[in-house]
Amino acid sequence: MPRLSAAARHRIGFTLNGKPVSVEAEPRLLATDALRHGIGATGTHVGCEHGVCGACTILIDGVPARACLTLAVQLEGREVTTVEGLAPAQDRLSVMQAAFRRHHALQCGFCTAGILISLEAFLREEPDPSEQALREVVGGHLCRCTGYTPIIAAALEAAAILRQPITTSTDAESAHV
Amino acid sequence: MKAETILWTGQSVERVEDAALLTGRGRFIDDLGVRPGTLHAAILRSPHAHADILAVDATAAAAMPGVAAIVTGRDLARLTTPMVAGLKIAAENWPMAVERVRYVGEPVAIAIAETRYLAEDALDAVEVEYAPLKAVVDPMASLRPDAPVLHEKAGANLVSDRHFRYGDPEAAFAAADRTVSVKIAYPRNTGAPMETFGVVAEYDPHEDVYDILANFQGPFSIHTVLARALKVPGNRLRLRMPPESGGSFGVKQGVAPYAVLIGVAARITGRPVKWIEDRLEHLGAAVAATNRVTTLKAAVSADGRISALDWDQVEDCGAYPRAPEPATLYRMHGNMTGAYDIRHVAMRNRVVLTNKAPTGLVRGFGGPQVYFALERLMQRIAVELGLAPLDVIRRNLIPADAFPYRTATGALYDSGDYQQALELAVSGRLAELERRRDEARAAGRHYGIGFAAAVEPSVSNMGYITTVLTAEERRKAGPKNGAQATATISIDPVGSVSVHAASTPQGQGHRTVLAQVVADIFGLPHREVRVIADLDTGKDAWSIASGNYSSRFAAAVAGAAQLAATRLRDKLALIAARQLKVEPGQIGFAGGAVFAKGNPDKTIPFGRIAALSHWSPALLPEGVDQTIRETAFWTPPELTAPTEGDEINSSLCHGFIFDMAGVEVDPVSGKARIDRYVTMHDCGRVLHPGMVEGQIRGGFAQALGASFYEELAYAEDGAFLTGTFADYLLPTATETPDIEILHIETPSPFTPLGTKGVGEGNCMSTPVCLANAIADALNVAEINLPLTPAKLAALAARPEPPQPEASRSAAPVGRPGDRALRGEGEAKVAAAPEAIWAMLLDVDTLASIIPGCHGVQKLSDTHFKAEVTLGVGPVKGRYKAEIKLSDLDEPRGATLTGSVSGALGTGGGAGRVTLTPDGAGGTVIGYTYEAAVGGKVAAIGGRLLDGAAKAIIGQFFAALARKAAPGRPGVLARLRARLSGRRA
Amino acid sequence: MKPAPFDYVRARDMTEALDALAQHGSDARIIAGGQSLLPMLNMRLAKPAVLIDIMGIAGLDQVRREGELIVVPAGMRQAALLRRPGLASEQPLLAAALPWLGHYQTRARGTVCGSTAHADPSAEIPLCLVALDGEIRLRSRKKQRRLKASAFFAGMMVTEKADDELIEAVAFSAARPGTGYAFNEVARRHGDFAIVGCAAVVEAGQIHLAVAGVADKPERRSWPRLDGSALDDALNAFAWELDAREDLHATARLRRDLVRNLGRQTIEEALRCLA
Repeated sequence: MPRLSAAARHRIGFTLNGKPVSVEAEPRLLATDALRHGIGATGTHVGCEHGVCGACTILIDGVPARACLTLAVQLEGREVTTVEGLAPAQDRLSVMQAAFRRHHALQCGFCTAGILISLEAFLREEPDPSEQALREVVGGHLCRCTGYTPIIAAALEAAAILRQPITTSTDAESAHV
Repeated sequence: MKAETILWTGQSVERVEDAALLTGRGRFIDDLGVRPGTLHAAILRSPHAHADILAVDATAAAAMPGVAAIVTGRDLARLTTPMVAGLKIAAENWPMAVERVRYVGEPVAIAIAETRYLAEDALDAVEVEYAPLKAVVDPMASLRPDAPVLHEKAGANLVSDRHFRYGDPEAAFAAADRTVSVKIAYPRNTGAPMETFGVVAEYDPHEDVYDILANFQGPFSIHTVLARALKVPGNRLRLRMPPESGGSFGVKQGVAPYAVLIGVAARITGRPVKWIEDRLEHLGAAVAATNRVTTLKAAVSADGRISALDWDQVEDCGAYPRAPEPATLYRMHGNMTGAYDIRHVAMRNRVVLTNKAPTGLVRGFGGPQVYFALERLMQRIAVELGLAPLDVIRRNLIPADAFPYRTATGALYDSGDYQQALELAVSGRLAELERRRDEARAAGRHYGIGFAAAVEPSVSNMGYITTVLTAEERRKAGPKNGAQATATISIDPVGSVSVHAASTPQGQGHRTVLAQVVADIFGLPHREVRVIADLDTGKDAWSIASGNYSSRFAAAVAGAAQLAATRLRDKLALIAARQLKVEPGQIGFAGGAVFAKGNPDKTIPFGRIAALSHWSPALLPEGVDQTIRETAFWTPPELTAPTEGDEINSSLCHGFIFDMAGVEVDPVSGKARIDRYVTMHDCGRVLHPGMVEGQIRGGFAQALGASFYEELAYAEDGAFLTGTFADYLLPTATETPDIEILHIETPSPFTPLGTKGVGEGNCMSTPVCLANAIADALNVAEINLPLTPAKLAALAARPEPPQPEASRSAAPVGRPGDRALRGEGEAKVAAAPEAIWAMLLDVDTLASIIPGCHGVQKLSDTHFKAEVTLGVGPVKGRYKAEIKLSDLDEPRGATLTGSVSGALGTGGGAGRVTLTPDGAGGTVIGYTYEAAVGGKVAAIGGRLLDGAAKAIIGQFFAALARKAAPGRPGVLARLRARLSGRRA
Repeated sequence: MKPAPFDYVRARDMTEALDALAQHGSDARIIAGGQSLLPMLNMRLAKPAVLIDIMGIAGLDQVRREGELIVVPAGMRQAALLRRPGLASEQPLLAAALPWLGHYQTRARGTVCGSTAHADPSAEIPLCLVALDGEIRLRSRKKQRRLKASAFFAGMMVTEKADDELIEAVAFSAARPGTGYAFNEVARRHGDFAIVGCAAVVEAGQIHLAVAGVADKPERRSWPRLDGSALDDALNAFAWELDAREDLHATARLRRDLVRNLGRQTIEEALRCLA
């Protein structure tokens, strides 16, 4: 049976934001450390390492996961999305990111990556969410700066924009949540 | 001509910081690369609240793969000196324990290895031998003569006791119609920024230079403390801050001791060393706000006018009075009368030490503790005199025409119109709240209305902390005062403008606001001004007051930037006047151009004039040296040192807040629902409305946490109980309601931009406003934070239905606050008491019945040592155990005293075992026990402990029963362990 | 906060997982969603020598109906069960309780069987299993066995599962006609472990109330169709019998009050569903 020894590092391959990547990992290496220090995707932040604060939330095969509660070896063969994969181009912001900026929905920005990731997943399931539903999704994250209200306002506005019919190719490009 | 009056300042422009943060390009300390060869540190922390360190054996740990060194307190003491504190006492203030640990979580050793994982492996192998001492956690208990003394050199736990008197309080109390008082025990909480501490340190042995990167936030007076501790002059401690910091709320002042520890680790290993604090370390040992016991009395007239206050404050700074403490107790000294015109004040301030983590800066810094008492007092005056609470507030507010207003204790309030702010807030809204309250009450629900008025101080006077010293001590030490702020403006050879400020932002958006302020001076688009806010004490302008605290940015740092920019602009105007051949007074700056007012032909691009100093210095007019770089330092003249009479203008600016809340309490669940919350602010001129709103909302959310959810809790024996985010509860989006925010603006006459601070106010006003509402809803007088469901349900509860006889168990009940595990049980065993007795005293038998035992060593007939693996569910650890038998009453009973210690923590307990013949040749073994658990497992696995104790004790007796009657099937079935272990 | 070292076994089928478990016993831990296990690994509260990942085993993520039983296999994530079409009519108690379980993000990863194995006395899934008289299907290399939920949970994070066993599936009874179901919970914050959770099942002749968060495991009581003060007395006796825990988040008194009041409220809601 496939058994990875504690004493060795093993090459783990997966797709990160659409591109193939690989990282050397002992079985105990956390996905947070693999992404941040193994690959250099430092946008995913580490706030508690026990699954409560949500700063490290990533998507694994489109489903939200706390990267601090995920082992790097569990990423083998998976499609991983992090905050670095949300904007349509390097010099642009996604609809949600732009709404966050307009609404001052971030201050220190440390928790923001995780919240953006959760909203990305949730709006795909529920394009027309209620404020309460958004509060419950954002409720899986701790933000110590904003008091949450601007985050909810930004998410509601972004969801409304994303529900509008796509008319031009530019819009299509930015339709990424 | 373009109007000069269109200003960036005052607009909610999009923040320049945001795009990077939103796309994962932030540069927080752990996002920055390190030099090849950098090692990683992990810190071993004390499981004991108070113990002497007998020995630290790091031999095995140091020999582990990838481990470079294990650094202990002795190494630290060899290379550094204790850190100086704000108090002159004999206690040695080390950042890592040297001979004694004084709080759970205190650093004991540092493992330095190639990875953090290996460093943590090494920690598990460090053996520390402790001799536990009695601990004290309650500040009032620590004052008692029989309390264990933390620092024997200091002589007692009371390390400062000052009496103050302003006006004639005795006469005012004697003449008053009534005296009303409140007693408050304000709990410990903390800012809990989402990013924890981080330090990367290097040491150059040839130049004797420490180069330390840390997400420190100031005040940079601490730089002098660190340099002294590291035994280098200030110019050999280069302290650098990363571009981004993930929140602080005061707390990141507390990274300072770790700069010393990691600096020493780098020195010992000869390599760069990096340490990122983890959340367990942070909650247990980073920075706590002080807990404080306050008795506050007011002398009042029958109509509610207050003539005098009498404060008695007992401040708990934890185990070490770490700089800048006891500043929490003195930051509010000038504004102890709050928003009220009260001329007579008596005050006693005591500082005590207890076996808890050291305290420091936390948002609000002294304000929550003071205003909780003061505004509870206002409500109690109303209740006791039968007046409307709002009328009592109105009757005592400082009149609008009294500003600038000198308080009894020495503050100079800059500006305000408290009456206007209050009346605007209540207008229309209070009537609606009262209607909602009356409807709720008519339906039998518990609804209350609360108010709070608070003066929010900002821009601290560096001299206020010296109020803790007597006037004579201050004379000896020399006067301390001021609030030096600094900013630098540079113009490069193409004329573009850069700003640098020593403000060390942690998310507040300083770069955006500085760009707005400076762009306005030069008439540039704000996006063309580039701002750098990371600080390097080796290269950048700074002073002791630099940093991000006391809400000093908008009032002090933005003002310094405006000053520097104005100086440059005035010089540029001279250059432009000469070029355009007009009078300097005619020169204007707007739209990226410099022009002669009223003469559209005379216009030059800004860059041409701005770059002239680089390319053509010969063209500079007389009196203009250069326009390349301008550094402004600014300190307000109002911030003077304490007077002989202990009057202190502790802060430069004084904003005003008036809060009003409607709250309903569900008596069944004990949960409070905020129905309405209105917060009125006067923070002077507003530079960026979006950011001001963000500060208010964020402050409110933290205050909500302090009100209902957050407490850094300790057991009576000093065990720390809230080590994870599952026990230290921050409010989330589902708990945080929307609030209504209102403003008036009375610009400060003392600051360059008319601004005041706004970042901390709701942490001062909101907890007490909510408590007042709940006191009103439940009609109770005494109420302390956090207002947990259990507390509120108890206040609202009717008598409890009695326990039916049939289900009554004899479980012992503990005292409140005593978190010992207690239990009792009995087991029937098919062997005579004499046989059981022999087994309990036999090494081999014990080895076979102690759960998870790896072997017992007999030290005497009644004293055994053992190695055990204990576990419950998935939680498992290896421990050293010690067991003693005493009060032997052969073969009827004995007392068993045991202790265990291991990487997961410590445990200790005692139990009485009784052996009674059952009349059929067997024995009934009865036992009672009382145990306490400390260290990591208490902090993170509190809920597990009952189960663990029950399971382990149950296993012990089950094994004893099996051993006593091996051949008797069904004996286990007869094991009737009536375990009722509980945490009382 | 990094885990101690362990070997990692990526089981491809149940046999591999059971073989590894048989070989390592108490030194091994099964990892599925990891939402309870990983925090313990990170804090080094648990230091297993081997982790056996069962999420790569095919066929463990589909709910089966076996007559009146809703059988949830080991790989089924909590969010997937919550999203099951028709769950609200198939078993309204599950549909009512699952949204209280942690957060959107942890439900997306955490499994139903993992929460069962963790046996937190405040947790919603063990509570539902006890309330619905569900069963836990255990399997080792040598044998398979089924335990009633009330027999499976033994204490705070302690179960009757042997070291060489894993939970292959759990089974909840589906809604029966003429039966009302209701769920309520009080927690410090939304998504926290319950101070008290109540699950009521009301049939023609009987009331069942299961309570989480009070004793060291979920407990259920059954009564004839009491009402008025007789029901209050029954709930009061139940509240006292549970010997409520006292901890940081709530007092024993509040827990007893909630058994009496929230318990009654939940029973009444179940009765209304019945009507």
